[in-house]
Amino acid sequence: MTSLPITLTINGHRHELEVDPRVTLLDLLRERLDLTGTKKGCDRGQCGACTVLVDGKRINSCLALAVSHDGANVLTIEGVAHGEELHPVQAAFIAHDGFQCGFCTPGQIMSTLGLIAEGQAGDDPERIREGLSGNICRCAAYGGIVEAVLEAQQQLAKADRRTAA
Amino acid sequence: MRDFDYIRPATIPDAIAAAAEPGSAYLAGGTNLLDLMKGGITSPERIVDISRLPELSRIERLDDGGLRIGALVRNADLAYDPAFAKSYPAVAEALLSGASAQLRNAATVGGNLLQRTRCSYFYDTASACNRREPGAGCDALGGENRLHAVLGWSDACIATHPSDFCVPLVALDAVVEIEGKKGRRHVTLEEFHRLPGETPQRENALEPGDLIVAVRLPAEAASFSANARYLKVRERTSYAFAIVSAAAALVVDGGKIRAARLALGGVAAKPWRARTAEAVLLGADASEATFASAADAALADASPSGDNAFKIELARRIVVRALMSALSGTPERLPALPASPFSNIPGARHDA
Repeated sequence: MTSLPITLTINGHRHELEVDPRVTLLDLLRERLDLTGTKKGCDRGQCGACTVLVDGKRINSCLALAVSHDGANVLTIEGVAHGEELHPVQAAFIAHDGFQCGFCTPGQIMSTLGLIAEGQAGDDPERIREGLSGNICRCAAYGGIVEAVLEAQQQLAKADRRTAA
Repeated sequence: MRDFDYIRPATIPDAIAAAAEPGSAYLAGGTNLLDLMKGGITSPERIVDISRLPELSRIERLDDGGLRIGALVRNADLAYDPAFAKSYPAVAEALLSGASAQLRNAATVGGNLLQRTRCSYFYDTASACNRREPGAGCDALGGENRLHAVLGWSDACIATHPSDFCVPLVALDAVVEIEGKKGRRHVTLEEFHRLPGETPQRENALEPGDLIVAVRLPAEAASFSANARYLKVRERTSYAFAIVSAAAALVVDGGKIRAARLALGGVAAKPWRARTAEAVLLGADASEATFASAADAALADASPSGDNAFKIELARRIVVRALMSALSGTPERLPALPASPFSNIPGARHDA
């Protein structure tokens, strides 16, 4: 099979690429574009380490063919901070020890961004746990992750109020 | 993954023509297909990407009071559609009890119906599986089979259908709208999935090229909205397939059951409509004793296909509890853990 031309906007940068149709979005990010923050855990949609936002929604990039997402807007962990300034979700994960080894953390943070944007969990820890059940942490830092999500939501809500005022 | 041709047709007729060729597979959300391709369980020569076909992503109210859900509507978009969740709460609850948030953002209505069994022997290409390779045999028989079917199984295959979504859908008389080379036709969801018999590889009513374009719910499906629940027992609290699940929907008036729907998940190769149980419920007192009789009727023909006799008693208890939950009323908001037995359900026993 010959390669197919696609265009992707990744972290605000437009990329024109030729891809083998078998290449997943995950492998494209890691192997072609050196965006290795997105992790390959199970590669079968079971662990969530590869979570990215596509057109604002969290998905498993390991189960997405890059060609099928031609034209999409992709946000990876590399595009979350503003320069040296951490995103409130990143800062909250550090403040609350929301990780141990760190391998699942990019996926946890991208999934948290999706969760907050969906607006379904609110400040209910049980709804947050359920909403993040697609992200496995083998170090079991779940307690800190839930605390981090709660604080990040508060920080973001405060920032929203400041913007609105 | 084996090499394949990638086609992205612009119209439904183009898609059907391309997919009618041998070795073709439709790609929508891809959450099941890519997993199967990576494992070598399926190796299509041609991928027909339908994810951008126009007109298939809409949720439409029909003039007759029914609902038409486009085949490409994402699971999360459907479950979080406020009007949908209000009219068909058990369907929304089932959707949200399935998979993970990431998968629900990608997986589609049509793909959910067409997902393959999670039987581990089907997934293991070193094992014999009649569903994957007709005539090869079934290593699940006599193997690790505590999660396998207890209804409608055959010596050729004891796998279950893994969908949560399909369970309340089949209870509510959902209809699958299919477009093929000969035009458009409607098949009830109850008839859409097949039991294995001697041909477990024939999983549903689709012919080569056939495309699911929509799923319809008839007007009557919304009449159960005040008393409809989905209950699902799994081996961990979230992000797991059902061991046994049940969708229950009632219309109760003056303590009598005026209409009843019941379906089971995780027990057969298809979402299992329990019509004999519905007949027991209809006109009877809305009581735990009635529900226990209905549960006995629902499982009357059940038999273990291996080390899974426990699922029959578990299913009886889940049926009773799902009906008790439905009777106590659809909650204003879905619980934090949708369909979970660990959610606090007023009036329901917690020792099922």
